[in-house]
Amino acid sequence: MTRYLSTGRPILEEMRMQGIVKRFPGVLANDHVDFDVRAGEVHALLGENGAGKSTLMRQLYGMYKPDEGQILVDGKEMHFNSPQDAINAGIGMIHQHFMLVPSLTVVENIALGLKSSRGLVLDLDRVEKRVLELSEQYGLKVDPRAYVWQLAVGEQQRIEIIKALYRGASLLVLDEPTAVLTPQEVDDLFVTFKRMASEGHALIFISHKLNEVLAISNRITVLRDGKNAGTRPNENVTKVELAQMMVGRPVILQYNRPPVEAGPVRLRIQDLHVRGDRGKDAVDGVSLEICGGEILGLAGVSGNGQRELAEALAGMRPVRQGHIILNDKEVTNGSPLQHIDVGQSYIPEERMKEGAIRDFSVADNMILADHGKKPYSRRSFLDFNAIHEKVGKIVSDFNVKTPSLDTPVKNLSGGNIQKLILGRELSRCPSVLIASQPTRGVDIGASEYIHQRLLEQRLCGTATLLISEDLDEIRALSDRIAVMYEGRIIGIVDSKDATPDQLGLMMAGVETA
Amino acid sequence: MAELFTLPVLVGILYSGIRLATPYLFAAVGETFAQRSGVLNLGVEGIMLMGAFSGFYVGMKTGSPLLGLLAAAVVGILMGLLMSFISVTMQAEQGISGIGLHLFGLGLSSLLFKTTMGGVESIEGFKAVRIPLLADIPYVGESLFNHNVLVYAAFLLVPLSAWVLNKTTLGLKIRAVGQNPQAADTLGVNVARVRYFCVCLGGMLAGIAGASLSIALINLFQENMTNGMGFIAVALVYFGGWRPFGVMGGALLFSFVNAFQLWIQVKGINIPSDFAIMMPYVLTILALAFATKRAQGPAALSKPYERGEN
Repeated sequence: MTRYLSTGRPILEEMRMQGIVKRFPGVLANDHVDFDVRAGEVHALLGENGAGKSTLMRQLYGMYKPDEGQILVDGKEMHFNSPQDAINAGIGMIHQHFMLVPSLTVVENIALGLKSSRGLVLDLDRVEKRVLELSEQYGLKVDPRAYVWQLAVGEQQRIEIIKALYRGASLLVLDEPTAVLTPQEVDDLFVTFKRMASEGHALIFISHKLNEVLAISNRITVLRDGKNAGTRPNENVTKVELAQMMVGRPVILQYNRPPVEAGPVRLRIQDLHVRGDRGKDAVDGVSLEICGGEILGLAGVSGNGQRELAEALAGMRPVRQGHIILNDKEVTNGSPLQHIDVGQSYIPEERMKEGAIRDFSVADNMILADHGKKPYSRRSFLDFNAIHEKVGKIVSDFNVKTPSLDTPVKNLSGGNIQKLILGRELSRCPSVLIASQPTRGVDIGASEYIHQRLLEQRLCGTATLLISEDLDEIRALSDRIAVMYEGRIIGIVDSKDATPDQLGLMMAGVETA
Repeated sequence: MAELFTLPVLVGILYSGIRLATPYLFAAVGETFAQRSGVLNLGVEGIMLMGAFSGFYVGMKTGSPLLGLLAAAVVGILMGLLMSFISVTMQAEQGISGIGLHLFGLGLSSLLFKTTMGGVESIEGFKAVRIPLLADIPYVGESLFNHNVLVYAAFLLVPLSAWVLNKTTLGLKIRAVGQNPQAADTLGVNVARVRYFCVCLGGMLAGIAGASLSIALINLFQENMTNGMGFIAVALVYFGGWRPFGVMGGALLFSFVNAFQLWIQVKGINIPSDFAIMMPYVLTILALAFATKRAQGPAALSKPYERGEN
């Protein structure tokens, strides 16, 4: 007998993917993957970046066609040629990068592509009414008439979920839904997940965060290198086992952080004001001091001024007011080269936009900052032998996997590019390091390596500002943790005393100290 | 200067301003649709020339301006189809392919003109239709309500376009496709089809814009007779902030300054005519320099869309 959801749609009882193979030029993205999900459960799909999670799900959502294998919905084989086919079969997907049009209102975004009850003319009032019903029913608070660009990411995500429910989704795929949320928002989202599952929805939760996966899922499937590395019920698996399944070898999840005697203040930021892209102060009076041998973690939800602060510290964005003092030397509004010359290194947030030049070779990327200096350059001519020797050493020291030094960096994986940038910046022996999201989009293996290098650098007396949205990373590495909210430092706590709840509240703008 | 501000002259400026706005309105409103869907078509000028020629030629051969208009619209759609194929299907760099389309239209219309006609001829185009009662309004009536049918159509096109863009399901698709084609795609909107439609609609309106010159306003065809109007139309889209009423404001401002400078020359006022002719263009540059900052254009403008690419 067919069961129905409270939205009036029939429940999709079981979806099964069998022997899915998907090839891209030079890459086997999915290698005979079996995966299934049933009504009423949350099934987590866990894996590193590039393990093939999103590719698998995009085939389920009709965005790619599988090269081999079958997709069965309630026992019937389906051939999805476009997202519309998947939507018609009761499948909805919440993409990692939200699929919303910022210049349109919430109801316009939801009405997009739907047939209107009034023929050619939009009927937004009717859509709004239905949106409010769904919002009530699932506890997803939204303002239907607001423009999407005005909304915070948490609310945008609720719109995405309502959008899928409005289209009658019974099976929902959520691609890294927690990546942009504060811990409290994650809790709220999980409450919604549970409610949806108990109603009879089936949920696929894509993630690479072990804690979250264990907190919400009924079953967990791990993908590694495009293959299914195992499907386990939640009760029978531990965090360590999952990490090992993801990476294929034992992984350290807890770091050893021996005490270091604090050195002199290396980086001093005084009442810094920096304009954002919209002309307002994105950094609104930040003061910080970081000593040698210290890692200061800067936590916060993205968009609270961290990017602008990092760019100002790198000399890439003008300072409107305030001072930046590096090694007792004022460098406010100095060029990036001046910052480098005083002993600063910078790992930018966008490794492909600012950290490296995609089409340049490994060797060329390595000497971007230092190409005019010895030994790379002699009387303004590049010395290729010296470059290859030096760069080859850094590449092997930092464990960068590359076919050759002349390979364009765009052919390397995210983790290897990040190690390359790290190698370039650390080989300069900086006394101050600004590291912005150093492990974002990097696999666990490379993250582990990068973390250890940052901790080694701490032992050598470098003052590190670690900007990250990953609270686990911040807590594992930092001596002190500062939380940034709306352009200000809302509080600084000692890493030993900080609890995730306290940090989460601070990230939401609540002063707890 | 004082002789410019007499009643007959002001009425004359009003009359010519409205008339001159016609080709800009058709072309710029059409380009607004193309750009709102994310396609920058710089070939408007070339399409206008082809429309002007085909409208004139068919109108002359058949003696029917209406058939001429139809021919111009069809030729415009074909040119739009070519542009969409290059920019949407083949995903070519839009700025460059638009320039190519312009040169193609310029060359082909001149070639056809030389081989089929050879010399400048004139025809009787659309006649003025006087709207009873409204045209009797003192002073402004004759200037506003005694025009040919294309002038009225151009002005009616503005509210119609605004309505389509803002109130219909099609308009919502167009706006979404121009801002975030990937989002539209995930909701089952056919991005390529929407873009083809908008570029072809823009092509049709550009063809009509050209015909409005050759069979309704000037009633003759000359090589390169549009003389940059198509490019001004593209600029007016930016000036108008991608909104039909904004575009109309820009078109009116431009055509009134143009009408004004024509009267300066007619009245023999002691300003070198070169400066007078420059006025509207200088104004366009100035207006654009100050106007573009306030409005946000379609985010995906001039970016080809390919599924599965982030």
